[in-house]
Amino acid sequence: MVVANQYEMVCGLEVHVELQTKTKIFCGCTTEFGSEQNTHVCPVCLGMPGALPVLNREVVNFAIKAGLALDCEIAEFSKFDRKNYFYPDLSKNYQTSQFDLPICGKGGLEIEIDGEKKWIGITRAHMEEDAGKLVHSGETISTSNESSVDYNRAGVPLLEIVSEPDMRSIPEVLDYLEKLVQILEYTEVSDCRLEQGSVRFDVNVSLRPFGTDTLGIRTETKNLNSFSSVRRCMEYEVARQAQVLNEGENVVQETRTWDEGQGITLTLRSKEEAHDYRYFPEPDLPPLVIDKEWVERIRKTLPKLPAARRARFQTLGLSAYDAAVITQAKAMADFFDEALTYYTDAKTLANWVMGDVTRLLNTNQCSVLDSPISAHQLAELLELINKGTLSGKIAKSVLEEMYSTSKDASMIVKEKGLAQISDEGALLGIIDDVLAANPQSVEDYRAGKDKAIGFLVGQIMKATKGQANPGLVNQLLKEKL
Amino acid sequence: MESVSIGKSVSEQHELLVHKDVSSTELTKAYIARIHSVDPDLQAYLTVLEDKALAQAAEIDRKIAQNEVLGALEGIPMALKDNMCTEGVRTSCASKMLESFIPPYNATVTDRLQAAGTILLGKVNMDEFAMGSSTENSYFANTRNPWDLERVPGGSSGGAAVAVAADEASFSLGSDTGGSIRQPAAFCGVVGMKPTYGAVSRLGLIAFASSLDQIGPFTKTVRDNALVLNAIAGYDPLDSTSVANEKPDYTKFLVNNVKGLRIGIPREYYGEGIDPEVAKGIQAGIQTLIDLGAEVSECSLPHTEYAIPAYYLIATAEASSNLARYDGVRYGYRAEAEDVLGMFKQTRAEGFGPEVKRRIMLGTYALSSGYYDAYYLKAQKVRTLIKRDFDQAFEKFDVLLSPTAPTTAFKFGEKSADPLTMYLSDITTVPINLAGIPAISIPAGFIKGMPIGMQLMGKAFDEGTLYRVAYTFEQNTHYHTLKPSLSGEVLACGSR
Repeated sequence: MVVANQYEMVCGLEVHVELQTKTKIFCGCTTEFGSEQNTHVCPVCLGMPGALPVLNREVVNFAIKAGLALDCEIAEFSKFDRKNYFYPDLSKNYQTSQFDLPICGKGGLEIEIDGEKKWIGITRAHMEEDAGKLVHSGETISTSNESSVDYNRAGVPLLEIVSEPDMRSIPEVLDYLEKLVQILEYTEVSDCRLEQGSVRFDVNVSLRPFGTDTLGIRTETKNLNSFSSVRRCMEYEVARQAQVLNEGENVVQETRTWDEGQGITLTLRSKEEAHDYRYFPEPDLPPLVIDKEWVERIRKTLPKLPAARRARFQTLGLSAYDAAVITQAKAMADFFDEALTYYTDAKTLANWVMGDVTRLLNTNQCSVLDSPISAHQLAELLELINKGTLSGKIAKSVLEEMYSTSKDASMIVKEKGLAQISDEGALLGIIDDVLAANPQSVEDYRAGKDKAIGFLVGQIMKATKGQANPGLVNQLLKEKL
Repeated sequence: MESVSIGKSVSEQHELLVHKDVSSTELTKAYIARIHSVDPDLQAYLTVLEDKALAQAAEIDRKIAQNEVLGALEGIPMALKDNMCTEGVRTSCASKMLESFIPPYNATVTDRLQAAGTILLGKVNMDEFAMGSSTENSYFANTRNPWDLERVPGGSSGGAAVAVAADEASFSLGSDTGGSIRQPAAFCGVVGMKPTYGAVSRLGLIAFASSLDQIGPFTKTVRDNALVLNAIAGYDPLDSTSVANEKPDYTKFLVNNVKGLRIGIPREYYGEGIDPEVAKGIQAGIQTLIDLGAEVSECSLPHTEYAIPAYYLIATAEASSNLARYDGVRYGYRAEAEDVLGMFKQTRAEGFGPEVKRRIMLGTYALSSGYYDAYYLKAQKVRTLIKRDFDQAFEKFDVLLSPTAPTTAFKFGEKSADPLTMYLSDITTVPINLAGIPAISIPAGFIKGMPIGMQLMGKAFDEGTLYRVAYTFEQNTHYHTLKPSLSGEVLACGSR
């Protein structure tokens, strides 16, 4: 396909994120994932006759929290509406959502591409219920002999976050998504488990010749569930639209679907076939009034957001890159912050956290949340290096031991006799032995071959199983020679 | 003794039970016998729960035997409109769609009446999904008016009205979206109350139009009505539209005195379409209240003429969405088809009757993009104006008074061929639902042997004043003591 370098891409996103409340948005059923089909259901989420919704206030709390973290205005007065369409996974054949008066109004977040900062606007964010899940005997609903519906997910609360069409490149889109997911994780409104479908993306893309202001005709590709799908889908869609335009045709305004296997987008429905959702106010729920006190109560629970934490870590001496790595996940930043309360050299701490600690966690596929080494334990280990009790090299092996046993560094050092030998008397004896055994090297050094001292140090370290204090060995050796 | 006791009021039956003059089992058996005797002709019941009812009655009799204090409704046999969910008992909405639907849960009103110790005799007939004014839209049967078997009982709660009028239940519950309690109460000569929207929980009431539906009691007397409302009203945290007001004891308002009470007569309710005979009958009722010391004067509710179109847009719009869930996927009727869309279409084509389909289509249209502003939104604005009319009237009056229905009960088929005529007969009742206020219909006379009903409308949550006026009127008239001479006719029909 043609490379689309003569066109500017314009993109806006709709992100549906599952809020991690314990129970569903309109009933008391658990939101737990991965249970047997249709075990977390009740008359309300099954849409039984006579059932009525009751709004879960925790969902509102989470929506306010996400809204504040995304710099959105929180609406004092919002309401729920019914979005009417027929589909077997929708138990009432309408989705209770928010139409013209959503809980969160205008907001946005800052992205950064190659050091350039850019504000991406958020149009709105609204609460709604998730649908159930269809399980087909074949590939799709139309090619299956049988389909069953699992309503466990029906009624799980969603926040739909709609961005402005502010993004102009795929890296911008990906950075927006990364920052957005990061903020949602930081505020703990969602666990953002993409592999479980707890975040889903609709991508709106259009092209226009560089230098023009008017928007081109867009397509919307629905229901992507990973960053890589978003990237591939956009690459495909940009190329496809560019080809259409290059052939002198118009892009058709339509809803498309992403075929992960083939790596292409396909027409789902045209503008003419678009659903008429017949939105109207949900008569079973009174309007939602959120006073200032409520908003302030939630504001107090907001954690430090990634951008603020990155800035703080940089003032402690971390590079921009290191600060970004450490704050990537809230859990890691929390771990880092906790360790900092016991150990103040941020730069050294960052090296260990990003290096050996991360390596151990990754090798064992372990989340920092479940790390067998606590932040306090790591700080103690680093303190032992500072005090000269451990060499850096031995500390690494102690760390591994800590990882597998969860024991404190000091205990491992004690049990294994790993403390550095800093006793001059003990070291002088060993040095004498080594010098006596290696007269040639002694002679070489005295003849001006500085390198020979390295060999001698190595022999001393070997004799002490690496426990000799290297600085002291060097000093004593030079004095002797 | 039993056959006499079924004709008595709830409060009289309570005394009989307390004094052990009759047992709950005897009372229940008497009602069941009555149902066996008259219901083949009246067809009020869709489901009769003989065994369950007798088991419940036996339980109450044990309490009576142990001289436990008996609640006002304990041991009293009653019936529920078949759109209120009853756990383990079919709740059909008189529709083929729910012909075999057995809810695994109770409506809040079912729970509350159960807790009050009432005996559930069975589920009674209605217009399908409560859509209609004659109960002719039931999928199962035409319920007949006990005053004239050639005539409709009104609707949609026709079965519930007939069950009380023909002594097939001591009381019953109906639901009222645009007059469905009051109009059949008027047609059948019983007391029917539509409480304030939000006064009685809608949980487990199968929705027709959520912003208008409200459950209320059918009774023989005003006192009974207050007793039943005492049992079913009150906040329900599981219905977000239920109001957390403190619930009064409605029987406290039952005083025989309307002196100085200001009663408004909205002139728009006496306009075109009102049978002059009905107007005359109501006029006589008004005179009775004047003679008792009420201050009566005319008033205006200027937007009344827009109530019918507004109502039929809002109610059908909500219905089109509320009834979308009946698709054959999870419960109820399912038609076989080639694919899922076909199943949806065929299920709904076969499962719903013509009036339900008509309203779904009207409502779908009213909400459609491009028409929403002109229809649904405009109707909501009219609704606001109608509310304001009432607010202004209630600045000057304590209650408003009108005929409950423009005519007495009509004959089968008389209006069913022309839905619009049927819709227009709701003119005196639908504005009340749009405004959300309470209204009661009480027996107020007869025209050619058919009962007429007087409607009293009150301020939101002021059911008390309605009961006061209704009670005073009842104590000073005899209409409520008259009964249809049914047993003779039935015997003549040879069904016994």
